[in-house]
Amino acid sequence: MVDNKVPMIYFDNVTKIYNKDSFALDEVNFSVEPQEFISIVGHSGAGKTTLLKMLLAEDKPTTGNVFFESSDIHTLPKSKLAKFRKRVGTIFQDFKLLPQKTAYENVSFAMEVAGRTDKEIESDVPHALNLVDLEEKMWHFPHELSGGEKQRVAIARAIVNQPDLIIADEPTGNLDPINTYDVVQILKKINDLGTTVILTTHNKGVIDSLGRRVITIDQGRIVRDDKHGRYVL
Amino acid sequence: MFWVNTKRILKSGFISFFRNGFVSLAAILVMSITLFAVGSLLFSGALLEDSLNELRNKVDINVYFVTGAEESDVLAMKTTLEALPEVREVEYTSSEEALERFREKHRDDQLTLQALEELEENPLRASLSIRAKETSQYEGIANFLEGESALSVDSQSIIDNVNYFQNKEAIDNLTGIIDNSERSNLMKTILLVVISVLITFNTITLAIYNSREEIRVMKLVGAGNWYVQGPFVVSGGMYGIVSSTAALLLFYPVTQWFGPMFYPFSFLSSTQDINLLAYYSSNFTEIFLTTFSVGILLGIISSYLAVKRYINV
Repeated sequence: MVDNKVPMIYFDNVTKIYNKDSFALDEVNFSVEPQEFISIVGHSGAGKTTLLKMLLAEDKPTTGNVFFESSDIHTLPKSKLAKFRKRVGTIFQDFKLLPQKTAYENVSFAMEVAGRTDKEIESDVPHALNLVDLEEKMWHFPHELSGGEKQRVAIARAIVNQPDLIIADEPTGNLDPINTYDVVQILKKINDLGTTVILTTHNKGVIDSLGRRVITIDQGRIVRDDKHGRYVL
Repeated sequence: MFWVNTKRILKSGFISFFRNGFVSLAAILVMSITLFAVGSLLFSGALLEDSLNELRNKVDINVYFVTGAEESDVLAMKTTLEALPEVREVEYTSSEEALERFREKHRDDQLTLQALEELEENPLRASLSIRAKETSQYEGIANFLEGESALSVDSQSIIDNVNYFQNKEAIDNLTGIIDNSERSNLMKTILLVVISVLITFNTITLAIYNSREEIRVMKLVGAGNWYVQGPFVVSGGMYGIVSSTAALLLFYPVTQWFGPMFYPFSFLSSTQDINLLAYYSSNFTEIFLTTFSVGILLGIISSYLAVKRYINV
């Protein structure tokens, strides 16, 4: 029997060279099915962030292609690229909140750029902030929030448009164990609701507690791809 | 959706103008100085033009006609001269008027008046006083008059003499001074405008450099270029509005207190009490529109270009 199912994401022989002596990514091939929860692990400098940059079209591969639902995202025109990014929610290690906007405005900004109406924004933003347990601090600016709270705002921003894919780049890297646990639980919940999640981390505890698919990268190459993986480096 | 987005962009630009208070203040300060400099150029240009016009008005050439020249011939020549494109105005003084003015001028000088009475006929000649549009055009007019004189009928010219040739050197020098003043003023204006634009552009670029990470995040969240650039452009426009207002307010005390110092040729002027403040008040609309449009355009264009640098994520 031939499986005709199109993967959501497909990395086809992707290589990224920043300088000719070192490969940030070296012939990377893998695919992600819809509603999967994938963790990408590796030491610092292994190529995890580069891989995500390729996926967000922040950077182009030197050779190879990255497909999102069979479209090569690096050949998309600017207007379609913006549309693609609206379908992806992104969470970063350093939160990347807009410093001059309140928690509410940070989340509503993602809805505004997605073309949502004021009415939708007024109803969905408090709901998203409620999901991450930050309803009471929605009018606080990022500098008035703790690291864990900032990350929860970033998660609310990432999920508020009900994206098809969440990319979380070391989201627990700057958090204490309690906040780390909270963030991972929220990501699991998002995935259970049907959103594909790609998580990069080098937190062994997080990976082992998830028990989901794990791709291990070392020196730009995929060295393991385990369906129910553990943190092995 | 267009109006909703426009409203959101305007609101966001407005809010970030106030939230980035320190950056806004720095940009406004630099822009106010820039606009003040640009406005001062308007003033100094106007004053210089006024002074140069005063100088130009001091220059004319007079054509004296032979005694006994028919008035109709002189008036015909006046008409011919007025038709020349270089000529601004021609004033006719008949020999009687010349005599009248002479008497008026020397009314306290009995000796001269008596000497005049001794003469049987009016010794003064009719004349045309010619003013050109530009001082450099006097030579052409004088040459034209020379030609007229040579071509006159019966080989009897009615022109006695043209005083240009006696005053040629002075007129040429004056022409040189006027031309140089205008040229150097133009150069100074261009230089100052270029410097001002560069300073403003640099200040706004630095202000937006602070927000480069923010721009990147906006793009990653899925914002289109205009949605990212819009609020910065709105803030830039607001810098322009506030700094133009500041510059216009600053002009009042400056024109009032320092105005007289800026008048370069006041000793020549018949209106020595020329008042910069009055000039500012009477030309307020023009100055207001120039300062505001320069301010707003500078703010908007600088912001647009500065954000453009960081937007290609």
